[in-house]
Parts: sequence; structure tokens; C-alpha cells
Amino acid sequence: MTEARQLRVAIAADRCQGHNRCCLVAPELFEADDEGNARVRGDGSVPAGLEAKAKRAVANCPEHAVRLTGA
Amino acid sequence: MQTRPPVTDWATDFDHFDPQWTANPYPIWADLRQRCPVATSQRFEDGGYLPTRYDDVREIAYDAEHFSSRRVIVREHKLPLGASTAPPITSDPPEHTAARKVLLPAFAPKEIARLEDKTRAVCRSLLDAMGDRAEVDGAVDYAQHIPVRVIAHMLGVPEEDGDLFRSWIQRVLVDGVRNPQIVPPTVAEMTAYFDQRIDERSAQPGEDLVSFLLAARVDGAPLSREHVLGSLRLILIAGIDTTWSGIGASLWHLATHPQDRARLVAAPGLMQTAIEEFLRAYSPVTMAREVVKERDVGGCPFKPGGQILLSFPAANRDPAVFEAPDEFRIDREVNPHAAFGLGRHRCIGSNLARMEMTIAIQEWLARFPDFTETPGRTTTWSEGTVRGPRRMPITILRRA
Ligand code: HEM
Repeated sequence: MTEARQLRVAIAADRCQGHNRCCLVAPELFEADDEGNARVRGDGSVPAGLEAKAKRAVANCPEHAVRLTGA
Repeated sequence: MQTRPPVTDWATDFDHFDPQWTANPYPIWADLRQRCPVATSQRFEDGGYLPTRYDDVREIAYDAEHFSSRRVIVREHKLPLGASTAPPITSDPPEHTAARKVLLPAFAPKEIARLEDKTRAVCRSLLDAMGDRAEVDGAVDYAQHIPVRVIAHMLGVPEEDGDLFRSWIQRVLVDGVRNPQIVPPTVAEMTAYFDQRIDERSAQPGEDLVSFLLAARVDGAPLSREHVLGSLRLILIAGIDTTWSGIGASLWHLATHPQDRARLVAAPGLMQTAIEEFLRAYSPVTMAREVVKERDVGGCPFKPGGQILLSFPAANRDPAVFEAPDEFRIDREVNPHAAFGLGRHRCIGSNLARMEMTIAIQEWLARFPDFTETPGRTTTWSEGTVRGPRRMPITILRRA
């Protein structure tokens, strides 16, 4: 099997306004900080099985603040 | 009350107090979006603008340099600037940033989670109070009380003060749009009420929002009394009829769509997408901006002084962003709705509102898994910039 590129999520902090949608859609990947803005859990790598949730988090952010790389 | 001349052309003479808009605004926006897409109106001082596309609403919400929040209600006659400042909603950057930051921690998801039990108890006691009546009013007996009681709890004041809160909101947001002279005395009444609360909590701090604001520091300095008063008035005005409308509209949808009702009862896991879809399809809140520097958006020149009706509800029905926007899809997967705004003024209460809506619907369905809009009786919707059912006769078909 060829090595798959690691999928990673990231939050553009200058865009996030705290709608909290990513945290609701994919709580395994995102959490809210003390002000309610989002940050990724850990280093943002997307474990196998959570790819679809990561994509949904991207698609549901009204501020286009959630990024997915390595896809 | 003076009757308003009916709207003849929505593109050049829109009026969000027209009965047609109140009853069903969605076809109006769909038509404008195709042929306009920014409607105008001379009914409002210095000219009114109504963008209907998601992207145009976003552009405006993102651009505080040209479009100021200093007046957040479109009025026939503008109020003098400063007549009802309520930071952060009426602030622009740079003042906005600090005024908002100070409130955020009190409304972050983990703080709001602590209010879930209280909210559930409020919902259950309202359902208990309905007894075994076959006919209830989903707005009057249920939705309208929930945010009022939750906010009273957050402020640490008696639940009974809720009647007072609702009357202020009616006067500022509804009656005051046609009749602006009633706004300043109402604001004064609110100020007097909160002045007393501030004195009480200064003497004896508690776990409530008033104490939280008194303890807050910006660059090491406490907020001015004026600022605390403004924020308290804002939280009250912004948090009540908005959420009550969101809960009411969700119930109305379920009362009138038996398939969605049955699906949600059978599959409670759909609740999350259902709530976001209620928020998208029946967005309760329309805001405003004032043009402070000329700029074109959506091919339309916006002239300084003009009042923009910033319709997040219209944005949420834009087919450029939402597949089949006029269809309610309880399991809609892609739903970047703007019900809580876009950009720096994102609703500070969004986590609270979403939690209240979720628990209100859960508890209602747990008690009344089947119900319908009472045949022959009509639901009435509020007028103006917060849209939700104000009377909603519901017949209970089955109890749990
Ligand atoms: C379903 C219920 C609600 C809806 C749809 C809603 C909608 C909105 C919208 C669209 C804005 C953006 C305003 C703008 O762009 O000018 C806003 C701002 C705001 N909302 Fe809400 N809201 C709701 C409930 C609440 C609640 C429960 C609270 C607090 C108790 C609240 C407090 C605020 C505050 C403080 C702001 C100003 C934020 C700022 O200017 O930075 N809202 N809301």
C-alpha cells in the first residue's frame, strides 16, 4: 500500500468567530477555548474514520475558518 | 395606529412591516434575489437597502469601515446617535473588540453547559403547568417563557421580573419602530432597574452576570458603569425574543410537518442537524447597518447615511449557498447558515440559544410526541426584525 498523506485540520484564528459549528460536528477534532473560539485538538491530525467529519466541519463553518490539508 | 401604504414594488419600496412580509417573507426575497438583488426603499430616513444574497450580506457584515453598527435598527426616523448604545452590538472596531471580549467567557460552551439542568427544569415546569389540556399555545404557554427565565436565572433576579423584560422588548423592538418617542423612556426604565442590581451586587457579589461584569477588567481597569449598563440592556434585549422565536418557529415547523415530527421522535440523533436547519430555514434575526462611506456591493451603490436591513434570514435562503434552500431538510449535512450573523458580531449568545432550543424541543417531544397546529386557528408571527410565532394554537394528539 502506498503511504497516504496525513490529513490534518487547522483553524484560521483570524477568521474564527466562535460559531462553534466545528466543535459540534466533530468534537473529536475540535474544542472551544475559554472565549468560545475553536481550536484543534492535539496537532490536528485526523485519525482514520474521521475524514468525513473533518470535511463536514469545513463545509459547515460560516466563516471559512476550518482548513483541511493533506487531502 | 396609522396604516401604512401597501408595497407596490418590493425592489424599490420594500417595507419589512408590510403584512405580506410578516406572513411569508420568503417568496419576496426569492424574487428580489433573482432580479435585483439589492432592494431599496425611501420609507426609511436617508434611504433603506435590502441585500438578499448570502455573499452580499457577508461583504457588508465584514466591512465595518463602510457599514457601521452604530444604528442596528432600521427606522423611519433615525434616533440620535447614542440614544441607545449597547456595546458591543452598536460598536465598531476598535472599541468593539474589547467590549466583546469581555463578554465572551460568560457565554462560552462550557459555561452554557452549566445552565442545561436549569433550562430543562424550566421547560418541564411549563409543560407540567399545561396539565391535561388538549389545546395549548406553543408560543404563549411555552416558548416565550424559556429564555426569560433562563436569563433571569443568569442575572440572579426573580423569574417574575420576566414580565417586565418582555414589555421592554415589545416597546424597544416593536412599538418603538413606529413610535420612536417611547424608546428613550423605556431605556431609562431598564437603566433604573439595572442601576439597582449593580448597587446590590457591588455590595454583595454573587455568581451572576451582573457580578461577572462588575469584576471584568479591560487592560486592568473595570468597565465604566455606563458600559456595564449598556451590556446588561443588550443581553436582555438580544437574548429573549430572539430565542423565543427560534423555539417557537421550530415547534411550528414540527406542528405543521408530521413527517419531520415523526422522524425526530424516532431518531433523536437527528436533533443536531434539525436545530441548525430550524435556525437556517426560520432564522429569527435581521440586523441593520448604517452606510458611513460610499461603496458598491452586489452592483448597487450604497450611499452614506443609508440604512441597511441586514437580512441573515434572506442570506440563509440563497440557492448559491444552500441546495434547495426552500426545502426543510432535517438531516442537511452542509449548512453554513448565518442565523447568528457573520463576522465580528457573531451572536455572543449563540451557544446559549442553541442549548435552549435543543432542550426546549427535546422536552416538548418527550411529553408530546404528536401534536398539530389546531385546525382552523392561525399562528400569528411577530412583525419587524425578529421573526417568530407569537400565538400558536397547538392540539396535542398524543402524550408520552
Ligand atoms: C435564536 C436566538 C438568537 C439569534 C438568532 C441571534 C442572532 C444574533 C445575530 C444575527 C447577531 C449579529 C448582530 C450583528 O451582526 O449586528 C447577534 C448578536 C448578538 N447576540 Fe444574539 N441571537 C440569539 C440569541 C441571543 C442570546 C440568547 C443572547 C444573550 C443572552 C444574545 C446576545 C447577543 C449579543 C450580545 C450580540 C452582539 C455581539 C456583538 O456585537 O459582538 N443573542 N445575535
